[in-house]
Amino acid sequence: MREVNVKDLIPVVKKLCIDANYYMGEDVIAKIKEFKEKEESPTAVNVLDILLENYELADKEQMPICQDTGIAVCFVEIGQDVHLTGGDFTEAMNEGVRQGYQDGYLRKSMVADPIIDRVNTKDNTPAIIYTEIVPGEKIKITIAPKGGGSENMSEVKMMKAADGIKGVVDFVVDRIKRSGGNPCPPIVVGVGLGGNFEQSALLAKKSLLRSLTVQNPDPKWAEVEKEILEKINNLGIGPQGLGGRTTALGVHILSKPCHIASMPVAVNVQCHAARHKSVII
Amino acid sequence: MEVHLTTPLKTKDLENLKIGDQVYITGTVYTGRDAAHKRLVELLEKGEELPFNTEGQIIYYVGPAPAPPGKPIGSAGPTTSYRMDPYAPALLDVGMKAMIGKGPRDKSVIDSMIKNKAVYLAAVGGAAVVVAKSIKESKVIAYEDLGPEAIREMKVENFPCVVANDVYGNDIYKAGVEQYKK
Repeated sequence: MREVNVKDLIPVVKKLCIDANYYMGEDVIAKIKEFKEKEESPTAVNVLDILLENYELADKEQMPICQDTGIAVCFVEIGQDVHLTGGDFTEAMNEGVRQGYQDGYLRKSMVADPIIDRVNTKDNTPAIIYTEIVPGEKIKITIAPKGGGSENMSEVKMMKAADGIKGVVDFVVDRIKRSGGNPCPPIVVGVGLGGNFEQSALLAKKSLLRSLTVQNPDPKWAEVEKEILEKINNLGIGPQGLGGRTTALGVHILSKPCHIASMPVAVNVQCHAARHKSVII
Repeated sequence: MEVHLTTPLKTKDLENLKIGDQVYITGTVYTGRDAAHKRLVELLEKGEELPFNTEGQIIYYVGPAPAPPGKPIGSAGPTTSYRMDPYAPALLDVGMKAMIGKGPRDKSVIDSMIKNKAVYLAAVGGAAVVVAKSIKESKVIAYEDLGPEAIREMKVENFPCVVANDVYGNDIYKAGVEQYKK
């Protein structure tokens, strides 16, 4: 049994919020450079150059890559031999987010009531926190700030088994076609297959945490990802929707078993600022 | 084509613009997004005055990040424009000449741009530090309670954007996709 004081999580979460928003992952930068080489539209090449320049500037100036510094989505894997002490775990996570967004000059984008008065909470809390109990005595914290523009283009569909893989591919491609320039392409497309209604959505979100330079370990899904990516990039949407061949940098699939009656499919759209940082304590 | 525009905008400046033109704006832009637009249009419906003079002005759809020490503003890229579609025609009707944002507009906004000889300019979403470099001053002039959604008056120099809808109803989001789809 290992004791961890939840107060020790606060500075860790704070730093992850800031780092995720200031420093673009090498995978995104590498993919944009790769796609730029193949891009046919001069406007698109110009946009991709501006994005690369922006990542560099954000790092140099210590400013967030995008003004939408997102909802702080936190994935926490807690070893089953860890005993959390020193107070409320959720409050400690929120305190880390609060400090990160305050001291990192990140935008506060949360409203307390979603419909009626929509008053800003002024500290970007509450965070959205997913916990998972895993073997061992370590804690892994991942912070994935998620912007609203791309999140708004996401969708869950309860499909029929008869729709098959073709139905899934068509649904995902159509979802991206309908999104057009709205989600800040080039995007990353997270696809969650199976589970039930809410698990499919969580799978789609989690799939976005995979590095863009890492292949799906299941060759069957790697093949489907490739097919969807090609179809999306044939839509012509291009960077920012201004036309071009670089609409998506990658398609990521995660799947789980599901009920005999169901075939849930979730698409979580991620803008080019595919931000996530992790640390193991 | 590369065009430099100074605010307030005049109709004749805009009549020469074509979709795809690279535009650099110098002068004043006003910021506003969902919550501010709702309030502005409510004022118009009640026949009350807006918090700024709209004649020939530009509205920029942005909710900037806070200014770090020594900088006029934090990261400040465009937000997605379609959420402002229900409000945009009312602002064009009172003299606004351009909107800056990202992503396509609906038919009602495009029709209103033709009617009012106004344009829609696209800035690069997610290039928020690049855009912030062109913003030299920023102050909140209305709705401070809205935090990042407050209305700001910004002084900009060579603010970079692309003509997405011109005064003739052309739409880069349709034309661009047509050209590159397979």
